[in-house]
Amino acid sequence: MPLTGNVILDLVLWTVIKFAAFVLVFVMGTATVLTWLERKYSAVIQNRIGPNRANLGSLRLGGLLHMLADPIKMLTKEDFSPDTANPWMFRLAPLVAFVPAMVVFAVIPFGPGEHMMIANTELGILFIFAIASLNVYGSVMGAWASNNKWSLMGGLRISAQMVSYEVAIGLTLCGVFMIYGSTDLQEIVVAQGTTLGGVVPAWGIFTQPVAFVLYLTCAIAENKRAPFDVAEAESELTAGYWTEYSAMGFAVLALAEFVEIVLIGCVGATLFLGGWQIPGVHGSTPGLMAVQVAAFLLKTLFVIWLQLTIRWTLPRFRYDQVMRLGWRILLPAALVNLLVTGVALLWVDRN
Amino acid sequence: MGKLVHRVEPDLILQSYVVEVAKGVTLVTRQFLRNLFGRKDIVTVQYPEERKPYTPRFRGKHLLTKRDDGQVRCVACMLCATACPANCITIVAAEHRDADIEKYPTTFEIDLLKCIYCGFCEEACPCDAIRMDSGVHTLPTFTRRDQKAGKVNLLELAKRSTAAQGGDFRADNHAGALHGRGGHH
Repeated sequence: MPLTGNVILDLVLWTVIKFAAFVLVFVMGTATVLTWLERKYSAVIQNRIGPNRANLGSLRLGGLLHMLADPIKMLTKEDFSPDTANPWMFRLAPLVAFVPAMVVFAVIPFGPGEHMMIANTELGILFIFAIASLNVYGSVMGAWASNNKWSLMGGLRISAQMVSYEVAIGLTLCGVFMIYGSTDLQEIVVAQGTTLGGVVPAWGIFTQPVAFVLYLTCAIAENKRAPFDVAEAESELTAGYWTEYSAMGFAVLALAEFVEIVLIGCVGATLFLGGWQIPGVHGSTPGLMAVQVAAFLLKTLFVIWLQLTIRWTLPRFRYDQVMRLGWRILLPAALVNLLVTGVALLWVDRN
Repeated sequence: MGKLVHRVEPDLILQSYVVEVAKGVTLVTRQFLRNLFGRKDIVTVQYPEERKPYTPRFRGKHLLTKRDDGQVRCVACMLCATACPANCITIVAAEHRDADIEKYPTTFEIDLLKCIYCGFCEEACPCDAIRMDSGVHTLPTFTRRDQKAGKVNLLELAKRSTAAQGGDFRADNHAGALHGRGGHH
């Protein structure tokens, strides 16, 4: 197809529309709701009521309006930065943490067909690895630029933790590529449309159950949330790497964390829960496509729920335990998983 | 003899942590659903709207009790001001018209910011004139000046005292006063 003006305009227009619908509405919407939902959910689990005071006149909605009240507060309060901080790096760090988390959504296939993703590249999961690993720079940069001992300690912990778990998560997902023979996320999802022995859908969670557990563990660790929140560790490091952040700087760092929750949900749903596939449903009518998109979003929400529940179930690991878990348990487990997957694939080939 | 603690030797399943996490997630989810739909275990008190009653012995803001005719019971004996470890009570005494009562306070001021709410003043008072059973939590104010509670302010919370009134030790009333309970009618 020749790249005439109209084609390019079409391309740009559709990209913008897809970006608006998926990233701005779904991802940002979910992340924003999560800022309230996380507090409310933890409260109900712990026999409390949780935030319920924000209101417009008599309209309370159980505190749902906190997600509007928070940004207003964050925007209007003092944006403090320490005298001794590196001003440029300190201001830049939240952006550096936030942008990679958002960019990654470009390659997530949220529906069937080559058009139901923002950037149709063959790189897929490799792109996610490449960009998501940039995420650590924002946090470490902020930690270093704060010129605060707690922040620096948090920054050191993040860098060690993220590098360790990056290795394990990479090796874990190799098993998935081996099974489905591609790094293109759309192809992986299509391949999950078949069944195993005609009964169980060929989803990643059934073909690679160990990998799913390892992925979830590593992903939560990468997102530095409890039980792996040693980088923040409020009982040890005040607030870790974001000790000195206030107002919108803090809000952007926090939002980056929530966007990453959604990201882990999207990648988890794509690789392990069959993406937009609904078992036993095949076809390509527009109505069906809408249902499949909804299925993908629901699966994403399921993984998000799993993350929140795990976060409010487990206590924090000690720093040395986090390191030991990463290098001495998860990494060997990922390697063994690779080996077993390889042998199994050979065995299937032979027969 | 010490208590023998049975430690569970972690087997591979326990060490893998997966089953334990699943159990934990189930427990948390069950509690979540119970608090959302079923019997609620929520213990939060929605403070400004709902309040838990204070215990009867709660020492709140001070009050000065009144005589039956509405006058202040205090006879300005200074015992409370003397007993006060925080020196927050200021009393200026004046002579009472009634010779049996002898004195009354023209000024009775408590600096509520200095007060440590120890209750020594009500212990010291021989006339049941100062009490702390108002059940009122001292409210915040915008200036320090407003935290000085004067006589008028302290009398606002006044309750009827059931103790015998000071100044009732007249010959004709002696028996009633000794029997207490204000039975001089």
